[in-house]
Amino acid sequence: MSIVLYRVDERLIHGQVVIGWGHQLRPDRYIVVDDELSASEWEQDLYRLGSGDVDVLFSTADEARDRLPEWQASKLRSILLTRETSTMRRLAEGRLMDGEHVNLGGLRHGPGRAEVLTYLHLNDDDVRDLEAMAAAGVDVTARDLPDAHKVSLETLSKSRWKSSS
Amino acid sequence: MSDADVRGVVVGHGDMPQGLVDAVRHIAGDVADDLIAISNAGKGPLELTADLNEAAGSGPVIVFTDLRSGSCGIAAAYSCKDRERRAVVCGVNLPMLLDFVFHRSMPVHELAARVVEKGRAAIQATPAADS
Repeated sequence: MSIVLYRVDERLIHGQVVIGWGHQLRPDRYIVVDDELSASEWEQDLYRLGSGDVDVLFSTADEARDRLPEWQASKLRSILLTRETSTMRRLAEGRLMDGEHVNLGGLRHGPGRAEVLTYLHLNDDDVRDLEAMAAAGVDVTARDLPDAHKVSLETLSKSRWKSSS
Repeated sequence: MSDADVRGVVVGHGDMPQGLVDAVRHIAGDVADDLIAISNAGKGPLELTADLNEAAGSGPVIVFTDLRSGSCGIAAAYSCKDRERRAVVCGVNLPMLLDFVFHRSMPVHELAARVVEKGRAAIQATPAADS
């Protein structure tokens, strides 16, 4: 397996990913799956500023679904990032990510979102996306940094229910 | 402060922006009142960019960030994109802010170049004293 981390984080390439996770996982590249960013060279350049010497590949969700098996089999160690749960869900559909782990690293305030963890706010759509991923064989947990406590999807769902009721 | 004076917004991680602004005030006095501190704590990229735009106002402004990349650097770049009277200065430090508050009547891009030079010049390794 050479996608060493699948992460949902609206900040994409930033300090926690590059320093916190990057120093531990030693990726050869970051793969950012995002339709909007894939169409904007200016924004891609901004994100590349933060990757240090590590390559960054931008991909649409459709292209990512086509190339996921190739990336999973590659000798290159990749960190795959999306900024929405819905994008990661699309990748997982059809059990393309069966047996993989998805890390929830940072979603902040948004429409209908309630705080589940300090770094994680979820709305009903997010929860449905995460549950769909789990149903597709993906282990979904939250953890902002490698040495932080890992929180299960079950715990997240309960917290979300409590915080929104 | 005149409307033409350059406003300063300091955006960074955690308590650092407010700490820097407080330090400027401690050293230089009330001139620090026109520096605005914005922390990224608890904010997503959109919220941070919105806060930056609100703080920047309509006049000339320099947005100081701690890191060139990451959430603060990216929000700063978004807030200044296609705006002639805004500039981003990354790697903010106290010496550059102290110089900034006393030269805010300069044209914004000249001032940005100046404070980068001042901030860079202030970073030095002091030789160890002879024992």
